[in-house]
Amino acid sequence: MSAIHDTDTAPAAGSRLGWAVADSWTMTRRELAHWARRPAQVVVGLLFPVMMLLMFGFLIGGGRGVDGDFRAYLVPGMLTMTMAFGLEATMLAVTQDLGKGVVDRFRSMPMNSGAVLVGRSVADMLQSAVGLLVMTAVGYAVGWRWHEGYASFLGALGLLLLLRFAMLWIGIHLAMVAGTPDMVQAVQILVWPVGFLSNAIASPASMPPWLGAVVEWNPLSATATAVRGLFGNPGAGGDSWAAAHAGLLAVAWPVALVAVFFPLAVKRFRDLGR
Amino acid sequence: MTDRDPAIVIEGLCKRYGEKRALDGFDLTVGAGTVQGLLGPNGAGKTTAVRIMSTLLRPDGGRVEVAGADVRTRAAEVRARIGLLGQNAAVDEELGGRQNLEMFGRLHHLGARRAGARADELLARFGLADAGSKAVAKYSGGMRRRLDLAASLIRRPRVLFLDEPTTGLDPRGRAEVWDAVRSLVDGGTTVLLTTQYLEEADQLADRIAVIDRGRVVAEGTADELKSRTGGDRIDVVLRDAAQLARVAALLPGEVRMDEDRRMVSAAVADRTAALTGTVRALAAAGIEAEDIALRRPTLDEAFLHLTKGAAA
Repeated sequence: MSAIHDTDTAPAAGSRLGWAVADSWTMTRRELAHWARRPAQVVVGLLFPVMMLLMFGFLIGGGRGVDGDFRAYLVPGMLTMTMAFGLEATMLAVTQDLGKGVVDRFRSMPMNSGAVLVGRSVADMLQSAVGLLVMTAVGYAVGWRWHEGYASFLGALGLLLLLRFAMLWIGIHLAMVAGTPDMVQAVQILVWPVGFLSNAIASPASMPPWLGAVVEWNPLSATATAVRGLFGNPGAGGDSWAAAHAGLLAVAWPVALVAVFFPLAVKRFRDLGR
Repeated sequence: MTDRDPAIVIEGLCKRYGEKRALDGFDLTVGAGTVQGLLGPNGAGKTTAVRIMSTLLRPDGGRVEVAGADVRTRAAEVRARIGLLGQNAAVDEELGGRQNLEMFGRLHHLGARRAGARADELLARFGLADAGSKAVAKYSGGMRRRLDLAASLIRRPRVLFLDEPTTGLDPRGRAEVWDAVRSLVDGGTTVLLTTQYLEEADQLADRIAVIDRGRVVAEGTADELKSRTGGDRIDVVLRDAAQLARVAALLPGEVRMDEDRRMVSAAVADRTAALTGTVRALAAAGIEAEDIALRRPTLDEAFLHLTKGAAA
């Protein structure tokens, strides 16, 4: 016992940021250690969107209203949908953490209080980045190509991760507001209609006009359209304002969502003490 | 802060959840290096008090100082000086025991090397060295509790909070936790322990605060609390339960009957007089007793007496 004394660790102003970074990294490592403990689950998590891609690319196929090569249209759509579905993974993980006492221990320790959420974000973003690389590799294997050079390629991945980042904070907020296993299940079901009410798989041109309008304004459609442009893949077409300004919306939508849900989630986390 | 200063000072603490007053004018002072028990039924406010003292919950009113720092204005300092063993295991069940302790060490800012060394030290001390790499989910209840306790001791805390530390443990697990707590106290740590088990408070605590409806209704050593129920008691166990009422009428003062155990129990003032008087009265009435005994009241009796007094 005597080896470590309770010398107070009130860090100097400069080192406070240092500790915040160190604590966040420790929390990120915690998630990485979780993956190492359940490799099967990680692999299944990576393979599920691949399976979806193959299923839509080869079994269901066609792509209603899509001109040209459907698989070239589908791959950016599935990448977008995978990012959006990350919401449920984040919500599930945060819900599980809050349901156990371990968050109480974090909150009763002299660590940076934001590190819990930062660690979650970094880990989820890392997992999503790996997921994107796996998906693009599989897409490449089934004949999908990008035609606009590496800068555009990286720009497309950036837009996809930006969407994921917005979904991350929505997921954290939902877990804070309604973090029960029942609610997680409800959200896991609800992301499907939201995901499919986009141009990820089918073109709005094939839909009734009112539905097509909803679909074109879906944040997923904006990201998918912008990513298709950057990859040089065939787009969904359409002459609405939303379709014409997909690049702008692909940035504005996620930024707006983060602007709303990031402060809400952080406030919720702080208010755990009320 | 010197050793003489109290480890915990609480004055007029209030906490409401909507309309419900969880804590309502809670006062308590805990001396440094002592074990303070908080004893009370479910919903009395014990856990709320612990969560406020350990900075997990913000108070609505009153003053709370722990290890020399105010929990509201200097929470970071409080957190550096306390350990908390909550009701739910506050460890990451997916990780191994060593991974947990190392992670908590890093979050206590020990640095990577010292965090690892401290993890090994604590695992050895709590008999978990062999289970260090096993996922905590596979631990027994007692092992999990010991790991949780180890995690509360990463830095030697000045004040350790134990919220119902043995709830749900079998007798062996309970004994293990008790031993660990005793050795900590020998090391000079102030311990605040909540419990529903009177025996646990009696065994471990120097002083006991009885909590009811969000306030402290009695405070003192176990002996002091026991003596407040009216002192010693005499128990008369009969062969024939049918005679309970007759015996009850013979005994003076406040009398309690226990049909299952065929026992009548009464508070007594003078031990010897009560014993001889009872023997004579039973003989005169021709009633056969299986056993007659004088004893101090149990803490259970003291507890019922004290909380009943508060409700009235």
